[in-house]
Amino acid sequence: MLATGLVAVLAASACAESDREEPTGDGDTPSGGTLIFGAAGDPKVLDPAFASDGETFRVLRQIYEGLLTTEPGSANLVPGLASDLPEVSEDGLTYTFPLREDVVFHDGTDFNAEAVCFNFDRWLNFSGTAQNPGVTPYWQDVFGGFADTPDTPNIYNSCEATDEFTAEITMNVVTSRFPAALSLPSFSISSPAALEEFEADNVTGSGDAPTYPEYAMEHPTGTGPFKLDNWDLANGAITIVRNDDYWGETAILDEIIFRTIPDGNTRKQELEAGEIDGYDLVAPGDYTDLEDNGFDVLPRDAFNILYLGMNQGAWEGAAAAGINPALADIRVRQAIAHAVDKESIVSSQLPDGAEAAIEFMPPTVDGWTEDVTVYDYDPERARQLLEDADAVGTTLKFYYPTDVSRPYMPDPGAIFEVISQNLQDAGFAIEPVALTWNPDYLEATANGLADIHLLGWTGDYNDAYNFIGTFFDAKAGGIGKLDFGGYNNEELFTAFAEADSEPDPAVRTGLYEALNAQIMDFLPAVPVSHSPPALVVADNVEGLVPSPLTSEDFSTVSLTS
Amino acid sequence: MLRFIARRLLQLIPILFGLSILLFVWLRQLPGGPGRALLGERATAEQIEAINEQLGLNDSIFVQYWRFLSRVLQFNFGTSIQTGRPVTTEFFQRFPGTVELTLFAIAFAIILGIPLGYLAARRHGGFLDSASVVASLLGVTIPVFFLAYLLRFGFAVELGWLPGSGRQDVRLDATHPTGFFVLDGVLTREYDAALDAFLHLVLPGIALGTIPLAIIVRITRASVLDVINEDYVRTAESKGLATSTIRRRHILRNAMLPVATTIGLQTGLLLSGAVLTETVFAFGGVGSFIADAIGQRDYAVLQGFILILAVVYVLVNLLVDISYGLIDPRVRVR
Repeated sequence: MLATGLVAVLAASACAESDREEPTGDGDTPSGGTLIFGAAGDPKVLDPAFASDGETFRVLRQIYEGLLTTEPGSANLVPGLASDLPEVSEDGLTYTFPLREDVVFHDGTDFNAEAVCFNFDRWLNFSGTAQNPGVTPYWQDVFGGFADTPDTPNIYNSCEATDEFTAEITMNVVTSRFPAALSLPSFSISSPAALEEFEADNVTGSGDAPTYPEYAMEHPTGTGPFKLDNWDLANGAITIVRNDDYWGETAILDEIIFRTIPDGNTRKQELEAGEIDGYDLVAPGDYTDLEDNGFDVLPRDAFNILYLGMNQGAWEGAAAAGINPALADIRVRQAIAHAVDKESIVSSQLPDGAEAAIEFMPPTVDGWTEDVTVYDYDPERARQLLEDADAVGTTLKFYYPTDVSRPYMPDPGAIFEVISQNLQDAGFAIEPVALTWNPDYLEATANGLADIHLLGWTGDYNDAYNFIGTFFDAKAGGIGKLDFGGYNNEELFTAFAEADSEPDPAVRTGLYEALNAQIMDFLPAVPVSHSPPALVVADNVEGLVPSPLTSEDFSTVSLTS
Repeated sequence: MLRFIARRLLQLIPILFGLSILLFVWLRQLPGGPGRALLGERATAEQIEAINEQLGLNDSIFVQYWRFLSRVLQFNFGTSIQTGRPVTTEFFQRFPGTVELTLFAIAFAIILGIPLGYLAARRHGGFLDSASVVASLLGVTIPVFFLAYLLRFGFAVELGWLPGSGRQDVRLDATHPTGFFVLDGVLTREYDAALDAFLHLVLPGIALGTIPLAIIVRITRASVLDVINEDYVRTAESKGLATSTIRRRHILRNAMLPVATTIGLQTGLLLSGAVLTETVFAFGGVGSFIADAIGQRDYAVLQGFILILAVVYVLVNLLVDISYGLIDPRVRVR
């Protein structure tokens, strides 16, 4: 047996050769160095059309670009591969995008209007496993169905290259999601030649789970300031190198290595040990310690909302599931809103820069307004409202997750403690229900089992509907989400439809402002806070601008000695 | 001997069959499903339904099991829902890391544990004995994540002697023909890469090795204490054999049988993946991947990985049984 092993090793040795690249050392290009960034997870896939999670987006944002993007450090829409914001037809259905003329893909092919339309047509014509909501979630979320799914309405109609550098995109309906959603990495433009060469649409594996084609695993080909060098799965690292033919300002760094370090404490220690140059998802409790040790904590503007959902128990079977009917009474919901001490949560549980919320979107989103009913912390008033509703001593099943930290909710257990105490002070009895986050907690709240629950949302792009529409518009069956009791509020649903289909941006903003006021009177949940997540970098890392959408561009980053 | 090995390998069949049924039923009892796990708070009821339909999760459990079994017989465990790659690819990409880590941890435990246990028994009741008992208790009780934090703080952050996480310096551009990074470095003559991979094993290996170390110390100590008082040891002493011969041939060799069993069991356990150690040291082995798979309800990965690991576990135990015969000729393997 030993002899066999020895022979095997010798045989392996004979055919194993180093494939290291020798440094070229031509000295022509200035060396920008290597940045190692600690990521919390591996990217899932390198084809933007199939991407949906933050860790994947972070890498893809350096390799790819879309027609539109966001201004560094803000959520404002600015041109990306388009040379200007699109011209919109009067009916709000046709968008004419003028394109940049000096752009080439990483494979050397030209970027032009035909490439743009090729990508849109590709997305529309996905078939088979690629239509799985887990594979193309953002296409389905924003645009709806596919060419061969006539039952699922689709808001995209067609794309036409009216000349080499003008793409005209026509929609079936007007929606506030478009064109704002084009800033999502999922709608980045890939090289048509590479898509065809590496069979990008060939997603297989219908039986168990999707298997992605070569393009999505090894050959991502975009126009961005970096391109893929190597994805070393065994070592949990993905390396991207500078694209010297980039159409804009070329990146300063030679390469960036994203290293997967799932544990937050380990990321912090690896930064302290100098093994990595920065990381994301900094625990709020570590801000001071890191700053004291000379690291730069870079908080992003809050682009999220934490809310306390209230179940009105309007869905069929709610009573059988033990949902408290008291919450159908607006006075009880108002009592809860007055009982929650948001300022105390903000100051004791959330990082610096967090703020109490008065509605369900951060102030940076168009449609936010001060003109809503504000429920100040007022335990007396809460108790009075409860008495009026004859609901003093009502027992509420209060659901919260145990094993998770979200940007809007760093420590759910601690936030639960504060709110639970607030509610008891106001005259409620609380029955705590703690569940593991995924899927138990999400499943229970989505099935309408909680009387009240903690949850939140980080915005995908600058659009009011992406916040309040996600929560409160009508879902399947024409009723609201079961999280909030599956209410049937026709007035609210009509207002959503009107605002979403309004072509004039200024008018639309006004409609969303009115909707926010309407929601705060209806009070399906209590908005609690907006909390800024942060990145941290070593003090020799410069030029990284934190983005509220976590869409940081690493091409401006440099390392000082 | 060959018949014995063949019989043990044949026993694998009912074990794997039973395990596959248990796993299949158990996994589908877990609340939620891959749809919810994949999409998180963004999932809508329709999307979850569509995913379940596409994954065939709406079929009866018998149909699902039959589909699974007929694939497994062709060594096809499906694809991971988390990564979209075949389960076998994922396994063989991660397993070498776990093997390297296990070997380091077990070697650390054996090299320190057997001499310590032996010395503790020789100085029964003395300071070294008490100290080893206390230390081994600590070794078993101290939580791995805490130990990991301390080790990394001391040796990676403060002293900077050892790398604190990962399998190899990501800047090295090392070649990996086999996936065993240390071996790869030697085979490709990238000795710096081999050394770096070895250094990356030290802290997680020690953190992982403390429990086997503590157990080996205790078993060795107890076993040596038993043997020391045997008649044949007294006989050997009285007929004037050299002390070193008595220790080596009569005491240690006879005391090694239970220790070998322990080492075998521990190796099997560690090979099935050290979930916590691999996670806190960002060490990409099978353990951390299984932990993720549970969270993601990645049925294919859980079924595939656990079945393959069951085979590994049985094989390691077979090796232990064979080693009995080598350590002690009195044990005839039937």
